[in-house]
Amino acid sequence: MHTPLLRKLVLLVLGMFAFAFALVPLYDVFCDITGLNGKVELKAAEASEEQDLARKVDVSFTTHTQGKAPFKVQAATYQVTVTPGTLTEVSFTAENLSGDARIMQAIPSVSPGKAAKYLHKLACFCFDQQSMKAHQKMAFTLRFYVDTELPTGIGELTLAYTLYDITDRNAANQNFPTHPTTKQLGDFSRAAVGRDYAHSIQVAVYQQIRGLSHG
Amino acid sequence: MTSSTQQAAHEQEHDHHGPASGIKRWLFTTNHKDIGSLYLLFSLLMFLIGGGMAMVIRAELFQPGLQLVDPHFFNQMTTVHGLIMVFGAVMPAFTGLANWMVPMMIGAPDMALPRMNNWSFWILPFAFLILLSSLFMEGGGPAFGWTFYAPLSTTYSNDNTALFVFAVHIMGVSSIMGAINVIVTIVNMRAPGMTWMKLPLFVWTWLITAFLLIAVMPVLAGAVTMVLTDKYFGTSFFDAAGGGDPVMFQHIFWFFGHPEVYIMILPAFGVISTIVPTFSRKKLFGYASMVYATSSIALLSFIVWAHHMFTTGMPLAGELFFMYATMLISVPTGVKVFNWVATMWRGSISFEVPMLFAIAFIVLFTLGGFSGLMLAITPADFQYHDTYFVVAHFHYVLVTGAVFSIMAAAYYWLPKWTGYMYSETLAKWHFWLSLVSVNILFFPMHFVGLAGMPRRIPDYALQFADFNALISIGGFAFGLSQLLFVAVVFKCIAGGQRAPAKVWDGAEGLEWDVASPAPYHTFSTPPEVK
Repeated sequence: MHTPLLRKLVLLVLGMFAFAFALVPLYDVFCDITGLNGKVELKAAEASEEQDLARKVDVSFTTHTQGKAPFKVQAATYQVTVTPGTLTEVSFTAENLSGDARIMQAIPSVSPGKAAKYLHKLACFCFDQQSMKAHQKMAFTLRFYVDTELPTGIGELTLAYTLYDITDRNAANQNFPTHPTTKQLGDFSRAAVGRDYAHSIQVAVYQQIRGLSHG
Repeated sequence: MTSSTQQAAHEQEHDHHGPASGIKRWLFTTNHKDIGSLYLLFSLLMFLIGGGMAMVIRAELFQPGLQLVDPHFFNQMTTVHGLIMVFGAVMPAFTGLANWMVPMMIGAPDMALPRMNNWSFWILPFAFLILLSSLFMEGGGPAFGWTFYAPLSTTYSNDNTALFVFAVHIMGVSSIMGAINVIVTIVNMRAPGMTWMKLPLFVWTWLITAFLLIAVMPVLAGAVTMVLTDKYFGTSFFDAAGGGDPVMFQHIFWFFGHPEVYIMILPAFGVISTIVPTFSRKKLFGYASMVYATSSIALLSFIVWAHHMFTTGMPLAGELFFMYATMLISVPTGVKVFNWVATMWRGSISFEVPMLFAIAFIVLFTLGGFSGLMLAITPADFQYHDTYFVVAHFHYVLVTGAVFSIMAAAYYWLPKWTGYMYSETLAKWHFWLSLVSVNILFFPMHFVGLAGMPRRIPDYALQFADFNALISIGGFAFGLSQLLFVAVVFKCIAGGQRAPAKVWDGAEGLEWDVASPAPYHTFSTPPEVK
C-alpha cells in the first residue's frame, strides 16, 4: 500500500542529493554565461579580428599569495593602457622564495566582475602548474587583449592573480588517482587547449594531466 | 506445536496489547507513542547540553577580555551549540511531536513505516555521540561555526572534521527517514472522511515541512560530502587553487539553510494554530488561508537563500532580487499572524500555560520577523551582517519562536501523554521567568549588534561591557528557568491530578476522543470523520 509513494519519495531524496552535486557545474555555467564572480575563462583565446582604436582601457596587474605560499610574482609594468582588440604582452617575473622545489598555480580574477568575460588571454602562466626549483626565478609572458565588446562604462580593469602552493595537494592526488569531481575531468580538454597556445610559457616539469592542470 | 496452537499463542500475545518491559521496550519499539516520547526526551537532553554550551559562551562574554576559556574552545562552543540546538533540540522535538500527534490527529493506528521509525530515532543518539565526543579529542571539535563555511571547514579545520561530517550525515538520514514516514502516514492513512481541507493545521504544516526536509537535507548531505572530499581526498569543490570556488559553498549551504529555518518554524505555526483556537474557544480564523500561506512560505524559501550572502559581492540585480523575494515572505507570514490575532479577537480567552506560551510566541516571533525584514534590506544588511543584531534576530525566531512553541505544545499535550495534569503553579513560574529572562537575554543584543559588536568573538570592545553583563545575566536566568520545565515534566510523568480525555474544554480534534493517558494503541479501527 505504501510502496508506490515510498518509491517516489526515495527517488526524490536521491534526486536532491544528485542535485547538490549538479549545482557545482551549474554554478560554473551560470557564472560563465553571466560573467558574474570575476571568473575568467581559463582557456586560451584566438586573436581578435577587429580593433577599436578610438578607445583606451587601462589594465592593471596585481598578484598576491594565498596563505603561506612561498612565491613572488610581479608584472614588469603595474599598468598598461590598451586599445580593445589589440594584442598586448606583459612580462612577469616569478620567484620561488623557499629552499624546496614547489609547484605554483596562479588563479586569475578580473575586477570589475562584469568585465571578466571581455578579457581574453592567449598565453598565460596561469594555464599551467608551474614547477619551480628552490629559489628559482622564472620569466613569463602574458599575452592578452580586451574585447571590443567591452561595455562602454568600463575604462579600467584589474587582473589579479592569486598564487597557490599546490605541491602537497599534488602529492595527495597521486594517492587518489581517480578523481571524484567530474568538474576536474571536464577540465582536461581545456588544459590541453591551453597548452597548445602557451608556447611562451615555460612548460611545467610535471605534465600531470590529472590533478590541477587547470585550463 | 502445531500451527494452530502457534496461532493461538500468537493471538494471546496480541491480546494484552501492552508494551514490552525493560530497556527492550525502548530499543525495539515500533510504537509511534514510544518513539515520540524518545524523540521528545532526547531533544530535551540535547536542549540542556546545548544550553550548557550557551552558558559557557555567556560566562566568557560576561566581562570584556579573555578569562574562562581559550578562543579556540569558545569557537567550538558557538559551533556545537548551534549544531546541537538546530539538529538535536528543535528538529527532533518537532519530529517527536509529529510521531505522537500526527497518527492520533488523523485517526491512524500508528505511523506508516514503524520499523523505519525505530531506525530514524535510534541512529540519532549516535550522531550526537560522535559530534560531542569530538570535543574531547586532540584538536577539539568543530570550531568553524555551525554553517561550516569553506575554507574554514576544509583548509583550516582539524582532522576531527570527518567526525563532524559523519555526524551530520547521520542526522540527515534520520530526519529524511522521519520526513518520509510523516508524508506516507498523512497521505495514506487518514481516517475515512478526513479530507485534505479537514486536516488539523499541525498535520498540514508538518506535511509541508516533511517535503522541505526531503528537498534540502540531501543537499546538506551533499555539501558536507564535498567538504569531506575537499579536506581528505584532494578534490577542489571549494578551493580556488583547483578551480573551485569558496563562495559556491555558501550558495549550496544556504540553498539548504534557508528552507531549514522554515523546517524549524512551520511546525511551530501548526502548534500555535492548534492552541490559540482552543483557549479562545473559537474556530481558527481563515483555515484555508493558513494552508495556502504555509505552502507559499515553503515555496518562497527556495528562492531567497542568497540574502545570507549579500556581503559576498553579488551583482546589484541579484541583491535586488533576493531582497524583494525575502520581503515577499512577510506577506504569507503576516497572513498567519493576523489570523491568530483574529482568532483571539472577541474570543472567550483563558490564560492557561500553553496559551501564555502561544501568545508570547505571536508577539516575540513577530518581533524576530521584523528584525528579519531589517536584515533583508540589502544596504542595511552590510551594516548588520555578522553582528549581534543577527544573533538577536535568529534567537527571537528560534527561541521565542520555535522553542516557545515546543514548550506550548508540551504543556498542551502533556496531560494527554501522561494522564496527569502538570503543576500549574510551577508551569506559570516557568513561563514568566522564561519570558522575562529571554528578553533580558536577547533584546539588548539588538543594541550591541547595531553598535557593531561582531558575533562569534570571545572578546569585545569596552563600550559593550554593560550590555553584555546584562545579556549574560538574562542568559543564566533563562538557562536556570528551563530546569523548572524539566521538573514540571518529570513531576507530571510521576503523577498528579488525573486528566480527563478532553483536557481543555475548547479543544477540538481526534486526539481528545481517546482516553488520557492515550492508550498504547489508538484508532485500531479508524474513526468516522464528519
